[in-house]
Amino acid sequence: MQFVKMVITGPFSAGKTEFIRSISEIGAVTTDETISRNAPEYGIKPQTTVAMDFGRITVDDDLVLYLFGTPGQRRFDFMWEILAEGMLGFVVVVDSARPETFREAKSILETFRAYAPTPYVVAANKQDNPEAWAPDDLRIALRIDDHIKLLPCVATDKESVKNVLLELLYAILDEMDA
Amino acid sequence: MALKGNLADFSTTQILHLINLAKKTGTLRLYEPVVTKEMIADGAGHKHPRVIPGKERATVVFEQGRLVLAAMGDHDGHLASVLHKAGKLNAEQARVIRERGSKYSDKALALMLINANYVTKADIVRSIRQHTLDIVYDVMTWRHEPFVFEENVTPPPGRITVPIDLKNVIIEGTRRAREIKPLEEELPNLDLALKFPESPGDKFRGVRLSVEEWRVVGFINPKNSIRQIAKACNMTDTEIRRVVYGLLQAGLVELVRPPGMQLPKVQAADGTRRTLPQGPQVKRSVVERLIARIKEA
Repeated sequence: MQFVKMVITGPFSAGKTEFIRSISEIGAVTTDETISRNAPEYGIKPQTTVAMDFGRITVDDDLVLYLFGTPGQRRFDFMWEILAEGMLGFVVVVDSARPETFREAKSILETFRAYAPTPYVVAANKQDNPEAWAPDDLRIALRIDDHIKLLPCVATDKESVKNVLLELLYAILDEMDA
Repeated sequence: MALKGNLADFSTTQILHLINLAKKTGTLRLYEPVVTKEMIADGAGHKHPRVIPGKERATVVFEQGRLVLAAMGDHDGHLASVLHKAGKLNAEQARVIRERGSKYSDKALALMLINANYVTKADIVRSIRQHTLDIVYDVMTWRHEPFVFEENVTPPPGRITVPIDLKNVIIEGTRRAREIKPLEEELPNLDLALKFPESPGDKFRGVRLSVEEWRVVGFINPKNSIRQIAKACNMTDTEIRRVVYGLLQAGLVELVRPPGMQLPKVQAADGTRRTLPQGPQVKRSVVERLIARIKEA
């Protein structure tokens, strides 16, 4: 049996957990904790990922793809390196409607690029939000090179998530051909 | 689609860079920041009070990626006031023209002033250009204002617009930047190198650089790190950051990893620094099977 791993990363509340839930064949295993009233994130969203999200896509008896979602909060960033080890590629999920998270998204992207020179794509999530920045504007805002795929995404929509993962796999194939 | 945000997260320089690169047409409005009791989280999960737009402070208009007009909330922006500020009309002339010319558009008023030999066309263009630049350079020092950029919202007919290339505005605004922290955040790694973008001749056309900036440009080569350029030009880290940041935002140079540069090591949970091993060496057929499986999911 062969296992391959992809990492889904991005800033706090970017939509990583929804992304994995939309495509995973098992009810995604999450380590979401209810945010306590005293925590700084209280009031932003009811739960947050503290260690990782975990999804699975079985290809056949010999091959399984695991999706690992990183916790978005910086105080859990010690988990990032552990999750990044051995990854085939990674997806950076960005909340297109929250420019206050763009700087963090860029920082996370650079950190994961430093972990391993694996292919990656950027998912411009929440494109169904009327306040979302267009992918072309996000590319400039995040200084994403033209050769990196930056894809419109709605993480709650399975087809949209499939498209992002397929584009990442195509990028991996391109890298093999290079 | 409007671009909304706050200058604390996305600076005026970055907005101008985006508008310049995407050749956007539209109106940027900046507002007084009003801090509310509601808390929101940034990308790292740190909580901050939500800042909402208050009274409009400034409006800046762009056409095809060029700056064409700017107005400050508390200035009337009337052509007579602009010409008075530029020393082309005295206070009494400006007052009379404002009173009697209120029913005319700026364009009609400009024609009347030129025909009456009060000013020349060049005076008007130069005065409006300077007025626009003064406002934009002021806006470039703001740090916490909410903003909205509305695409395809253009100035009312009758206003005089003077197209100004944004590259020079970005470089000059960066020269005037007082705060260093944003530069360090935007350009943390001086071991990276610089290269020219495609068609550099077109990009540099009409750009006015200082002697220091030209010296840096003279050393641009993917083999030279920014740190090496700083040493060759006898510049401090802050000085080189300021120059390179301006050139980057103006789209005149791009960052590249110099040949042989190791990927930065990452700090492990136990405090040691190491580079992670490469990802698994999977066969092409494995990736193709994954693609087929996800397609049918």
